[in-house]
Amino acid sequence: MTHGHDQAVDDSDVAPGDEHLEGTSIGQRVVGYLTGLGLAVLLTATSFFVAGTDLVWEPSIPVALVVLAIAQMGVHLVFFLHITTGPDNTNNVLALAFGVLIVMLVMVGSLWIMANLNHNMMPMDQIMQMQR
Amino acid sequence: MSTVALTEAHHGSAGREWSGPAPKRIVTGYGFWIFILSDMVMFSAFFATYAVLLGQTAGGPTGRELFDLRNVAIETAFLLASSFTCGMAAIAADTRSTIWFQLAMAVTCIFGLGFLTLEGQEFASLVVRGAGPTRSAFLSAFFTLVGCHGLHVSGGILWLVTMMAQVYAKGFRPDIQRRILCFALFWHALDIIWIAVFTIVYLLGSAK
Repeated sequence: MTHGHDQAVDDSDVAPGDEHLEGTSIGQRVVGYLTGLGLAVLLTATSFFVAGTDLVWEPSIPVALVVLAIAQMGVHLVFFLHITTGPDNTNNVLALAFGVLIVMLVMVGSLWIMANLNHNMMPMDQIMQMQR
Repeated sequence: MSTVALTEAHHGSAGREWSGPAPKRIVTGYGFWIFILSDMVMFSAFFATYAVLLGQTAGGPTGRELFDLRNVAIETAFLLASSFTCGMAAIAADTRSTIWFQLAMAVTCIFGLGFLTLEGQEFASLVVRGAGPTRSAFLSAFFTLVGCHGLHVSGGILWLVTMMAQVYAKGFRPDIQRRILCFALFWHALDIIWIAVFTIVYLLGSAK
């Protein structure tokens, strides 16, 4: 740790939910939460507006809603849970990435398989006839 | 470990020394973070179930006919505000300000109870209108998913009141501080899951 470069990087970890506190006043921390709140309100309001409006091309609405939701989750993660890309957060981010991978596998996999089964299944009246 | 030391020695630095086990706050917080992520995996299974059963209304009412977006918007506002005041409580706990901590937690509790009240009214009105969980597979999945989130909020409120009592009785001891950290993680995570709920269930469910 003799170099200035090394000293600038604090390699001690931070617990998830904890902020990197050196040199931050209470005021700055409150402003951080207020920023998060403002962005979240903005994204939520946009979501509810997009869902009920006639101004947007209809097929784009579901995509817009999903994108807005993911953006808001990011805002919550950064400003409320303090999960950042900093070197002190590597473990927390890696755990989150693994969680997101499993969530995606479960959701996309289920939808894919069930839609495929649904598509390949014989219509119900024909199944009934075969059982006779 | 040795690879890191070698690389750093190559760069002329002294390298990282083994500085002992991580502080208990990091170990506890990280463990609870893993639990929260596994909780999200559980919710993803409920979301997948809901998405698969969305069209299986058995001739009963669809989401578009049932959902009241105004109610959902108020619920969302309550939960978002409670997430903010929970953050204020975390700052107050760090600065060991008992008054601000208890005040912020009390406000968080009120917003949480407001959310639960609205959700309870919504569930009750659905059941009265003959759209209870037994009506169709779609409604079973709806009540399971949203009800599970509501149960988490109820548990969170119990935990919140417990933390207020523990800070009152024991003060900001390190173990109490760790519990406050975990509670804050839990409460913020509930708000993140609610984002998915109001988007996937309510907004996509009632979009044109």
